[in-house]
Amino acid sequence: MGENTALLQVENISLSFGGVKALQGVSFDVKSGELFSIIGPNGAGKTSMLNCISGRYHPQQGEIRFREQPITKLKPNQRCNLGIGRTFQNLALFNHMSVLDNIMVGRHHLLKNNFLTGGLYWFTGARREELEHRQQVEEIIDFLEIAHIRKAQAGTLSYGLRKRVELARAVALKPDLILLDEPMAGMNHEEKEDMARYIIDLNEEWGMTVVMIEHDMGVVMDLSHRVMVLDFGQRIAAGLPDEIMDNPLVKKAYLGEEDEQPSEESAGVGEVA
Amino acid sequence: MNTELLLQLLVNGVIVGTLYGVVAMCFVLIYKSTRVVNFAQGEFLLIGAWTCWWLLMKFELPFWFGFPLTLAFMVVFGIALQVIVLRPLIGEPIISVIMVTIGLSIFFQALMGLLFGHETKVYPQVFETSSINVLGMQVETAYILSMVISIFVMIAFYFFFKYSKTGLAMRATAFDQQVAQSLGISVKSVFAASWAISAVVSALAGIVIGMVNGVSSALSFFGIKVFPVVILGGLDSIVGSIVGGLIIGILENLAEFCDSQWLHIGNLYVIAPFYALVIILMVKPYGLFGTKDIERI
Ligand SMILES: Nc1ncnc2c1ncn2[C@@H]1O[C@H](COP(=O)(O)OP(=O)(O)OP(=O)(O)O)[C@@H](O)[C@H]1O
Ligand SMILES: [Mg+2]
Repeated sequence: MGENTALLQVENISLSFGGVKALQGVSFDVKSGELFSIIGPNGAGKTSMLNCISGRYHPQQGEIRFREQPITKLKPNQRCNLGIGRTFQNLALFNHMSVLDNIMVGRHHLLKNNFLTGGLYWFTGARREELEHRQQVEEIIDFLEIAHIRKAQAGTLSYGLRKRVELARAVALKPDLILLDEPMAGMNHEEKEDMARYIIDLNEEWGMTVVMIEHDMGVVMDLSHRVMVLDFGQRIAAGLPDEIMDNPLVKKAYLGEEDEQPSEESAGVGEVA
Repeated sequence: MNTELLLQLLVNGVIVGTLYGVVAMCFVLIYKSTRVVNFAQGEFLLIGAWTCWWLLMKFELPFWFGFPLTLAFMVVFGIALQVIVLRPLIGEPIISVIMVTIGLSIFFQALMGLLFGHETKVYPQVFETSSINVLGMQVETAYILSMVISIFVMIAFYFFFKYSKTGLAMRATAFDQQVAQSLGISVKSVFAASWAISAVVSALAGIVIGMVNGVSSALSFFGIKVFPVVILGGLDSIVGSIVGGLIIGILENLAEFCDSQWLHIGNLYVIAPFYALVIILMVKPYGLFGTKDIERI
């Protein structure tokens, strides 16, 4: 897992939409090389948390640091340029473009020359750059096993394949931190296994730090190094997968017994240093 | 029936139609990437044509120098307009933004009138021969130039959107701004780029028309003609704007033909496109190539 420095630090984040408190004072950090999962019931604030990290939402309170640099005020595209990539819970591919073009958009911020392929590259000296990018894009395509659909229009593909293409696009950004919002939702067992393998490889072989939201407990417990549990916008637990499984608060949140608010103990249940 | 006249008018229709297509493309470009309906599109032609005329007449610059200088000015103008006027309006209701572009249209027209007067002014002679013979017909050199430039612009658009980094970013932004941003695309730069490109290419069209007909406020009427064209082609389709331009250009000239031969109404030429507009809106409200808005839940 490499060094033990925190790549991402999230401190006391609160976010509300009108009267809805989506997040209330949530803090956690993710170490470099870690595979970190966020779980919790529907509407717990998981996607909101991810959106705060990627810059889509701006929390009213708190600070987020990436490599110790505050990023809370930066725009999504600036955060992307720093090395944060993401996928979306509801597929967000450019449906009218080919798979290859989708991946090239992911490559966008790494391109220096304005002209890619076509008749223009020998005028602009883009040829070598182009070849390098092609090579890396090919590598991603091979890795995610989507070579056979590279020319297909993204919108025409099956759901499972589109999820994979979206992952490919995010990987093309070459992020140090990749945020995955329910990468396996709506997939069958086989597709889930494939996806799990890709995520492990991204983490172990490509060296990406992963923050993942996932509902499938089996997958979460198998893959994650550490897990954080959100419920009603609050962090109710964080720790190793085993500890989370045994945590009574977590069981309660998932069984939906909400007679008492689990707020007073929320500070550091099961926290590992 | 006067076939020679008909043929001449058809050729005119194709030439004017491609120009309509080019201006409509500029309009669609802004609409697609920023969702702004630009009522000041015609004024871009006007400003471009006047600027070039001014450089050529007042400073006696040669055409090969004054022309690119005008285009460079239009790049700056387009970016400035987006940054100063339109950027602060991001997030405001669409109707306010439309009001602002209508305001801009009126403002620029008045400003050009103030600066350059209201009479039609002609360009200095740019070409040695003013017309050449094509297949037995006299065609003005500037028209040939216009055709060549229009086709060049269309091909350039194609390559730009297909193969350039900025073009790819623009397509991505047009589809989904939030997602584009999360992939590292600066939506602000994309907006500025689309206004700049739109202004430059419109100015190009304005100069070409100015060379044929002279420069006057009538040029901005092109901006209004764009509406039948884009409504026909579909507000968000680049290909549609080219096809729409051709159809409207030819339709106009056919109307002129019928008018002069049989009907003798006198101005069918001017209003025919708007009859077409009304009919299209009734039968195909999203145009020939436009995408239907699908309600998402
Ligand atoms: N843009 C928004 N506007 C208003 N309310 C929002 C918005 N985004 C999220 N919320 C609210 O914030 C709360 C948390 O939503 P969020 O999408 O983060 O939940 P989640 O944990 O991702 O749930 P799920 O498992 O269903 O994806 C919900 O009550 C939701 O309605
Ligand atoms: Mg969610």
